[in-house]
Amino acid sequence: MLRIDRAIYEAIIAHARRDHPDEACGIVAGPAGSDRPERFVAMENAERSPTFYRFDAMEHLRVWNDMEERDEEPVVIYHSHTATEAYPSRTDIPLAQEPGAHYVLASTRDPEKIEFRSYRIIDAVVTEEPVEIV
Amino acid sequence: MAVQVRVPTILRSYTGGSKVVEGVGDTLAALFIDIDSHFPGLRGRLVSEDAGELHRFVNIYVNDEDVRFLGGLDAKISDGDTVTILPAVAGGSAMMPATAGI
Repeated sequence: MLRIDRAIYEAIIAHARRDHPDEACGIVAGPAGSDRPERFVAMENAERSPTFYRFDAMEHLRVWNDMEERDEEPVVIYHSHTATEAYPSRTDIPLAQEPGAHYVLASTRDPEKIEFRSYRIIDAVVTEEPVEIV
Repeated sequence: MAVQVRVPTILRSYTGGSKVVEGVGDTLAALFIDIDSHFPGLRGRLVSEDAGELHRFVNIYVNDEDVRFLGGLDAKISDGDTVTILPAVAGGSAMMPATAGI
């Protein structure tokens, strides 16, 4: 299960809406081993695309170094789908390489009703999990 | 002196759980061959054997520089450098070519 603060949940949705129709992406860091997503970091989508995303390589290194200094890990890795459902695509699954992360998908295909779903993706096996907003 | 290599979580199964390992080599290619002699299989997760190139969805840095701008596998390495491996965080709603072999 993913437990996430309402303010962070809303920040992810706001980022997805802001970048629509391009895909938005980012992380929520938390203390290593805590499973608590606490520090929201919106990342640049280096692909600037409605169908692909990739963290900018230099920003990726900087953010991962920051987490190491703070003894944090990426508790949530999120991205948006802007025309399809909030479910990991055939591209997302083999590229999910943070086995400890909750992979959050937000879909902006219906601007009135944003879908927000969370998954574990380990060895290319996708398992959806409940989301509790607190 | 040697080069320190920072290993991401998903590849620590090859290094017995170590976050940082040491290796030697004048170039990134030589370093990965040396590392692979201690931690077999690790190089195959970074380098495509057919093309002899870095996998597209792995980022490698020498100190704070992306090796794509340093000549890729030909990037020069010196004692005391730190090499960081980060799997790309990427994906998307459409099919991306060349996602095989991750």
